[in-house]
Amino acid sequence: MSDSEQTIGASLPRRDALRLAVGRGTFTDDIVLPRMLHMALVRSPYAHALIKSIDITDAKNSDGVVRVLTGADLEDVCSPFIASIEFLPNMISPPQYALALEEVAWQGEGVCAVLAESRALAEDAAELVKVEWEELPAVVDPLTALLAGTPTVHRKLETNIAMIMPIEKGDTKLAFANADVVVEHSFEFGRQAGVALETRSVVADFEPAGRQLTVYQSHQTPYQMQDVYARHLGLAEHQVRVIAKDVGGAFGLKLHAYPDEMAAVAASVLLGRPVKYIVDRQESFTSDIHSREMTATGRLAVSGQGVILGVEVDILSAIGAYSIYPRTSVGDGVQAVQFTGAPYRLPTFKGRVRIVYQNKTPCGAYRAVGQPIGCSIIEQLLDLAAAKLNLDPSEIRRRNHLRSVDMPFKAAGGLEFSNVSLDECLTALLAKMNYDSLRNDQKKAQKRGVYRGIGLATFVEQTAVGAGLYGPAGVRVSAQEGCSLRLNPSGLVNCSTSVTDQGQGTLTGLQQVIAETLGIGFDDVTVEAGDGGATPYGGGSWASRGLAIGGEAARLAAIDLRNKILTVAAAITQELPENLTLVNSNIFDGSKCLMDLSELSEIVHFRQNTLPPGVDFEMNVTRHFVPRDFPYFIANGIQASYLEVDVGTGAIKLLEHWVAEDCGKIVNPLLVDEQLRGGIVQGLGAALYEHCLYDDAGQLLTASLADYAVPLASEMPDIHIVHVETPVSGTGLGAKGAGEAGTLGAPAAVWCAVNDAIRPLGAQVWKQPFTMAHVLQALNSKGSLL
Amino acid sequence: MKASTFKYLHAQSKDEAYAAFAEYGDEAVILAGGQSLMPMLNMRLAQPAVLVDINPISELSGIVLLNQQLHIGATTRHVDVANADLIAAELPLIGCAIKQVAHRGIRNRGTFGGSLAHADPAAEMPACAVALDATFVLQSRAEERRVKAVDFFLGVMTTDRRPDEILTTIELPAQTSNDAWAFHELSRRHGDFALVGVAATARRRSEGLEELRLVVFGCEERPRISKIAASTSLSQKDALELATAVAEDLDPMSDLEGDAKTKRIQARTLIQRALDDLFVEGANG
Repeated sequence: MSDSEQTIGASLPRRDALRLAVGRGTFTDDIVLPRMLHMALVRSPYAHALIKSIDITDAKNSDGVVRVLTGADLEDVCSPFIASIEFLPNMISPPQYALALEEVAWQGEGVCAVLAESRALAEDAAELVKVEWEELPAVVDPLTALLAGTPTVHRKLETNIAMIMPIEKGDTKLAFANADVVVEHSFEFGRQAGVALETRSVVADFEPAGRQLTVYQSHQTPYQMQDVYARHLGLAEHQVRVIAKDVGGAFGLKLHAYPDEMAAVAASVLLGRPVKYIVDRQESFTSDIHSREMTATGRLAVSGQGVILGVEVDILSAIGAYSIYPRTSVGDGVQAVQFTGAPYRLPTFKGRVRIVYQNKTPCGAYRAVGQPIGCSIIEQLLDLAAAKLNLDPSEIRRRNHLRSVDMPFKAAGGLEFSNVSLDECLTALLAKMNYDSLRNDQKKAQKRGVYRGIGLATFVEQTAVGAGLYGPAGVRVSAQEGCSLRLNPSGLVNCSTSVTDQGQGTLTGLQQVIAETLGIGFDDVTVEAGDGGATPYGGGSWASRGLAIGGEAARLAAIDLRNKILTVAAAITQELPENLTLVNSNIFDGSKCLMDLSELSEIVHFRQNTLPPGVDFEMNVTRHFVPRDFPYFIANGIQASYLEVDVGTGAIKLLEHWVAEDCGKIVNPLLVDEQLRGGIVQGLGAALYEHCLYDDAGQLLTASLADYAVPLASEMPDIHIVHVETPVSGTGLGAKGAGEAGTLGAPAAVWCAVNDAIRPLGAQVWKQPFTMAHVLQALNSKGSLL
Repeated sequence: MKASTFKYLHAQSKDEAYAAFAEYGDEAVILAGGQSLMPMLNMRLAQPAVLVDINPISELSGIVLLNQQLHIGATTRHVDVANADLIAAELPLIGCAIKQVAHRGIRNRGTFGGSLAHADPAAEMPACAVALDATFVLQSRAEERRVKAVDFFLGVMTTDRRPDEILTTIELPAQTSNDAWAFHELSRRHGDFALVGVAATARRRSEGLEELRLVVFGCEERPRISKIAASTSLSQKDALELATAVAEDLDPMSDLEGDAKTKRIQARTLIQRALDDLFVEGANG
C-alpha cells in the first residue's frame, strides 16, 4: 500500500494476521521466565460453604511443590477489593479476597494456591489439599434470592438485593388505558459465558530488590490493572508494569480484576519469583465472568395506527456471588432497562431493574452489556403488537423509530442521541434482503408444511463511552486514549498507542488513520500496543472505543507530526510552511516536489547542525483524546434473520442473516464487516446454544465445550452486510464504534423470526436459548404432540 | 486439566498388550485413537496406572471383504472408513453415518473399534453395528470369542469386553441391493453427540418392508433393536403408527437438552423419517 491518500476506507487485511497465522504470536502462555513457578488452585466444590479447616501437609510435601498458600497467607499481601459506584451509594457489594478466607460463595471460588515446578505437579498437589467444609444453603434462583427469609449469599449480607433502579417518564398508566392495543410478554434470558479462545492468564514477575512488578496478562486494559495491582499490593504505580502482548479474544471478560489472577500476582510478590497462572478451560467456565441471566416482563401500548404510547418493563438481573471489580456487575441489568425501547419514540416509559446476588459465578461486562436484553424485549413486543394490528413488522418499526428530525434526543432510559439513521438503515436492509419476495417464500413454504420465519431487530449501540460515565462513578478507569508517534531517520514512523487489540484489528485501523493523515504509506507505519509501562496512558479496549477515541488521538498526533515535518521542511526549502503538503512521503509545494521525507528525516536525526537556529528538530509527538462534549456515540442499525423451525424436532435452521449498520466513518470496511459477522455469530450462539446451566445446589453443569455449545461455522448462515455511513461531528475522524452491534441485535432478530415461524401454530418461545426442547415445549403448550 | 501420572506402553504386538493386562489388570487401559480417553485423562476422570497403546499393532487395522463380510480392523481410523470405496459400495449405512461422527480432526485420529469399545450411548457407530447385525471379534491370550453387536453393548460405556481382551475386528455383512437402510440424527450442532438418532436396515419387498432392524440411539443407555418394529411386516401407511409406538416404548434418559417427553417426540419424528427413507428406493442418494 503506497497510495497514502486512499488508506482510510480501504479494506486492508489485519497487519498481524500472517504473524499470528504462522504461529509467531506471543500469548501469555508463550512467556517463560527463569525460576518461574506454576500455580494451580484448589477451588470450592460447593456453591456456598464455610471453610472449617485446611490441611496442606500432604500437598506441601508433594513432588515439585514450592509453596502452598491459603487465603490467610495472601490477606497481608493483597488487600480486599470492593466494587462500588459513587453515584449508587445504596448499592451493596461484598468484599472479595484473592483466596477465600472463611466462606466460599460460588462453586469454583479459589481457596488454596499451589505453586510448583510445573502445572501438572501443582495439580497433583492440589488434589492432596484437604479442606473441611460445612455446606451452607445455596441461593440459586433469582426470584428466591429476592424473598424475605431466604438465606443470604454471604453470611455477612443482610439482603441479596444489590440494588433496585426505577426509571419513569410520563404516565404509563394513562397511556395503557387509552391504548387500542396492549401486548405483554415474559422473557427468560440464559446465563452466558464469554468463551475466549485464549483463556485468562498471567505471568507475574516481582523483583524484590527494586520492588518492580511486571505482569504479563491476557487483558483488555493494562492501565487499569496497573492501578489495581499498585493499590492492592502496596506498590507505587510507577513500580507496576502490566503488559498485554497478543490476546486471543476478550469480549469483556478480560476487563476485570479476578481473584485468581490477583492470587498469582500476590504469590509472586510474596515469593519474589515469577509465577505463571493459566486458567484452564474448565476453570474458565466456573471462574470467568458470566452475564445476561435475567427474567423480564414487558408491556407495550400502541394506538390503532401502531404508534407506541407507552412501554413498561420489569427486569430481574442475577449477578452471581460478587460485584466484579472494579467496574461492578450492575451494568448488565441497568443497560437492559435503559435500552428497552431506546431506538423508538416512547411518550411514556416505566422501567425497573432489580439486581440480586446468588451463589453462582460472578457476572460482569460481556460484549454489548445488557443491550441485547433491552433490544429483545422491545422487538418481541413490537411484533406482537404488529400481529394484533395486522401490520407488517417492518411497518410498525418505521412508524416508531427515531428520525433525524427528532435529533438531538434524550431517550426515556437516559440515552442521549446526536444523530440517527434508522430510517435509512431499514430501507437499505429491506432492499438488501428482498423483503417482499422473502415473505412470499415464507408463505409458499408454509403451504408445504415448512415453517419459516423472518425477524427484524432495530438496535442502537452505545459506543466510545467517555469520561462522563467513569469519572462521576468514582471508578478508576481512564476514558482517554493516547497516541505517540516517532519519526525515524528513514522517514518511517513508529506508533505507540494505549488502544489494545484482542483480535478486532483496531491497530490496523490506527495504522490507516496515521498513514493517511500524515501522508505516508500504510507500510511505513508500525504500531505497538499493550505495554502499560511504555505506551501513553489510556483506557485500552472496551465498549467499542478503539477507533472512535483512539483513532481520533492517532489522527491528532499525526496532524501534529505532519505540522512539525512541514515546519522543518519550510526551513530547509525556504518556503512558507502553510504552502507545503506531505503526500506519499514527499513534500510538495503545490504540484512541485521539493524533497522526500527520508531526506528530511536524516537531517533532523543526523544533521541537526545544518538547520537554522531555533528550528524544532524533535520529531516525537504524543496526543490524547477523551470525549468531553458528548457522553458517547450512539451507533445504530437493524438486523434480520430468516430461519426454519422443524416442528417435529424443535430444531432451528438459520437460513440467512442481514444487517444494515451505521458506525459513522468507516476506516476499514473489511474489519468492520468481520466485527459485525463475529458479533452476529456470538449473538446467534446466545440465541440458539449458549447457556450456563446450574443444578439446584448451585453446581455448574456446563463446564466444558462439549456441554456449553458455542456456534460453529457449519450452522452459521451467510451474513449479508450493508452500510449507511453518517460521520459523527464530535471528532475529526467521524468514526463510531462497531464492536457490539452484531451481538446486540442478533438474538432479538432470531427471537422474532422463531416466533414469526411458529405464530401460525399459536405458539411463542419465551426462553433464550431457543433449544429444541424449548421449541417443542412452546409448540406442545398448545396441545400434545405425543 | 493435566493428566495424573501414568505409565505408557507402546505395544508392538498383541502379546505385549496381553502381558500388560496380566500385570496391571483393571489398571491397564487400551489407547486406540484417544479421542475420548485423552480428555478423560486430562480432566482426571480416568486415572489408569498404564496406557496400552495398540496403534503400532498393524494387523489391527484395515478393511477387507471376505465372503460377503466386511472385516474392519479395530484401529482403522474413522477417516479411512469414511474414504473407503468398499464401505461406500458395501456398507452405505456406515458410509453415511460416519460423516456424523464428530469433526474432521477427531475422525482423522479416532478409530472404529475405539468408538465401539467406548460404547458412548450417543455415538453413531455402535447403533450402526447393531442395525447391521455386526459380529465383534474379541481376543485374549487364552481365547478368541465372537459376540453379536446386540449382546456387546450392556449399558452406558459398558460392554461385554473383558479387561484382558482386545477388540480386534468387526465383521459386518455386506448390504445387497434389496437391503434398505436409513440414518437420521439430531444433534445441537453438526458433529455433536446425538441427542436422538435412528439407524435402520430392512429388506424391501413389493408389499412393504421385512426384517426391519430399527435402532434408536442417543437417548437410552445403549443402542437396541426395537422389538415392536422387528415383529411387523410393514406397509407405508402404518409408518406413523409404528413410529409412535416405538417412541412410546422408549425409556429415554433426561439430560441437559431435554426430558424424556422431548426425546420421545424427537425420536418419533426421526423414526418416521427413517421409515419414509426405507420405503423409497434411493432415498439416501
